[in-house]
Amino acid sequence: MTEAAAADLKLIVFQLKNKEYAIPVNQVRSIEKVQHITRVPRTAGFVKGVINLRGVVTPIISLRSRFNLEEAEYTDQTRVIISVLEDMEVGLIVDSANDVIDVSAESIEPPPEVVGAEEADFIKGVTKIEKRLMILIDLEKVLNPDELAIQSGTEGM
Amino acid sequence: MEMNQYLEVFIEESKEHLQACNEQLLELEKKPEDIKIVNEIFRSAHTLKGMSATMGYEDLANLTHQMENVLDAIRNQKIKVNAEILDVVFLAVDDLEAMVHSIAEGGDGKRDVSEAVAKLKLIEMGQNPAQAEAKAETAVAMAEPSAAVKSTYDEFEWTVIQQSREQGFEIYEISVALREDCLLKAARVYMIFEVLEKMGEVIKATPSVDQLEEEQFDQEFSITIVTQESREDVQQKLLKVSEVEKADVVPLSLDDLRQQEPEKEEEVRTPSAGSIVAETLSNEGKKAPAAKQASNKTIRVNIERLDILMNLFEELVIDRGRLEQISREVNNQELHETVEHMSRISGDLQNIILNMRMVPIETVFNRFPRMVRQLARDLNKKINLEIVGAETELDRTVIDEIGDPLVHLIRNALDHGVETPEIRKANGKSEEGSVILKAYHSGNHVFIEIEDDGAGINKEKVISKALKNGIITEQAAAALSDKQAYELIFASGFSTAEKISDVSGRGVGLDVVKNTIESLGGSVSIDSKVGQGSIFSIQLPLTLSIISVMLVEIEEEKFAIPLSSIIETAIIKKGDILSAHNQKVIDFRGKVVPLLSLKEIFNVPSEHQEGEFLSVVIVRKGEKMAGLIVDSFIGQQEVVLKSLGNYLTNVFAISGATILGNGQVALIVDCNALIK
Repeated sequence: MTEAAAADLKLIVFQLKNKEYAIPVNQVRSIEKVQHITRVPRTAGFVKGVINLRGVVTPIISLRSRFNLEEAEYTDQTRVIISVLEDMEVGLIVDSANDVIDVSAESIEPPPEVVGAEEADFIKGVTKIEKRLMILIDLEKVLNPDELAIQSGTEGM
Repeated sequence: MEMNQYLEVFIEESKEHLQACNEQLLELEKKPEDIKIVNEIFRSAHTLKGMSATMGYEDLANLTHQMENVLDAIRNQKIKVNAEILDVVFLAVDDLEAMVHSIAEGGDGKRDVSEAVAKLKLIEMGQNPAQAEAKAETAVAMAEPSAAVKSTYDEFEWTVIQQSREQGFEIYEISVALREDCLLKAARVYMIFEVLEKMGEVIKATPSVDQLEEEQFDQEFSITIVTQESREDVQQKLLKVSEVEKADVVPLSLDDLRQQEPEKEEEVRTPSAGSIVAETLSNEGKKAPAAKQASNKTIRVNIERLDILMNLFEELVIDRGRLEQISREVNNQELHETVEHMSRISGDLQNIILNMRMVPIETVFNRFPRMVRQLARDLNKKINLEIVGAETELDRTVIDEIGDPLVHLIRNALDHGVETPEIRKANGKSEEGSVILKAYHSGNHVFIEIEDDGAGINKEKVISKALKNGIITEQAAAALSDKQAYELIFASGFSTAEKISDVSGRGVGLDVVKNTIESLGGSVSIDSKVGQGSIFSIQLPLTLSIISVMLVEIEEEKFAIPLSSIIETAIIKKGDILSAHNQKVIDFRGKVVPLLSLKEIFNVPSEHQEGEFLSVVIVRKGEKMAGLIVDSFIGQQEVVLKSLGNYLTNVFAISGATILGNGQVALIVDCNALIK
């Protein structure tokens, strides 16, 4: 942390299909490697199932699927970001997660109007550090329970 | 002052003291002469007063103070206990409970207590019907002027007194009063004791020394000492301690004490014939264990911490499983032994952790004597409530839920079950109806029974009512067995009492009872004999956190089916499957049971074709059955029930999850959702 003055936000950076996304560190409980996921039937397509996270059964969603990107095979790099929103704990599957950065609140700009159709709904803002563009995700919208219900209706398989 | 950190303790302790007040008041109602009980109540009220004043809840403190005055008057035999006085005290306790409740809910604990205070004041001044009589009695009691022995002595103290007397010591009972403006009461107490201990030996103090040191007294207290000094000397020395207003030294003669002795025994032994409305027989039997309990040391632990402990422990169990596997592979004798030892210890640990979550059902039962007393009065009935097995333990989560259903059932028994004294007399029964509340363990379940000796359930009446309300059809009604007919009273929109009373409502109660109990994984049944009474029997699982399941496999996935809903497992031939209305069914022991494929319901990715034989788990919901087709049975296991978290709620046909020995999660099938 060089000159910690303006650093009011700590972000965890993760990758999804060559793009970089970020989530505030206070919304993250931990980052895990992918382990055995138990499928939960009759749930939305992006809900991959539940895992045993140190004795707590934790639901896991695929962020690729949530953002309507094509699914990818899990690799050694694949990580599960355990995110916390109010009293919910949900794991987000991402391609990789390996960076923590500090940004100032001012450096976050509102999302540009045209960023691809679906995922735009989940974007809170963007921030640029040097040449990297990071998309700040809106966890509240990602974990919106209403959408869980709608999705399960259509994707009931 | 920042009080938040004490608030929780305050609320918990207040509740305990109020509960103690309630219990002791009921006891007092049975034995109005027993001063010991009054002392108990006084002590609780006094502590409550002190605590609430410290916490700044003035209304609470005011009311307790007033109540304390009345109790003090009773204690000093200025007032005699009667039903009216007890009613007012009960009223005051109600107010106190309401205030504590309000504080617990985050309120300010304010409440208009003027009515209760005024009534208590009236009593304190002796303005009640029994007043004249009471005065006469006190006069008799006071007949021996100086010999009014204030303290009572137990056997040990009595022996000490006797022996000292034989050795030529004098025994004095000293009443010390401090000045009203005395600031450091505890310091004065200390000085007084120092003076006394120089002269002789203090054998008794009322209130106790501990309480005195904590300033838990008003202005006066009494001490009994054994000394060789003269009466005047003792008095002079005491008065030298500053801020001591008065020190009455009364020599105790053995006669005084002897007189007291038989009197005391009488108090203990004669169960008085006072106006008994609601009586808890268990109290009699409870006395001994209650005394023992007092010496048990306990601490309060937040239930969340226990949950965390449980979670950590489960982690340990999973690792234990892995270790066992590794040790088998490595085949090292020392490793074997260590792992085995660890397994045994963790097994013991598991028992302890599970037991920690168990709470005696007493915590729910102990509010019922009070409720029954009040209801019996409101309904003008005479009812004796008997509680059996209050020490039966249940998981905390079940305890929290079971209170309301029980209240409903008891109200129901009182209102619809037990008849009025006139009717009972006419039917040749004793005027006093009896309601027995019984809890006991059996296997992995706890049974709670509510039995009354009232009118019982009239089958014809129930059926005609159900027909009228459109709950069943005439055809169905004809085929009903007695039990099935009784079950109808659990249907929603059913009320058999001719009049709707405020006590047991409009028939919305009992179906709620049934739903609550079933949601806890339990069941409720009724047995009844016309004219002799009814028994409502509730069956509950011992704990909600650990259940027995049957693990089954479907392709690669494992599911757990609760044993409580399984009737049996079967292997059937494909050729035996019949078809009715597009529904596969089988003939199972003479019954037509629909078949469901879990593979289809749970959309399990399928690779194999079904073989010639199918494994079927026959499950039930109430009277209805269904057969679930699975790939194979793994076996029976005790598992820890876990929720899927707050994100995945309302997953179809899944009631929760559990963690298996290999660390993976298995889902628990909700059979109730599969059977319509």
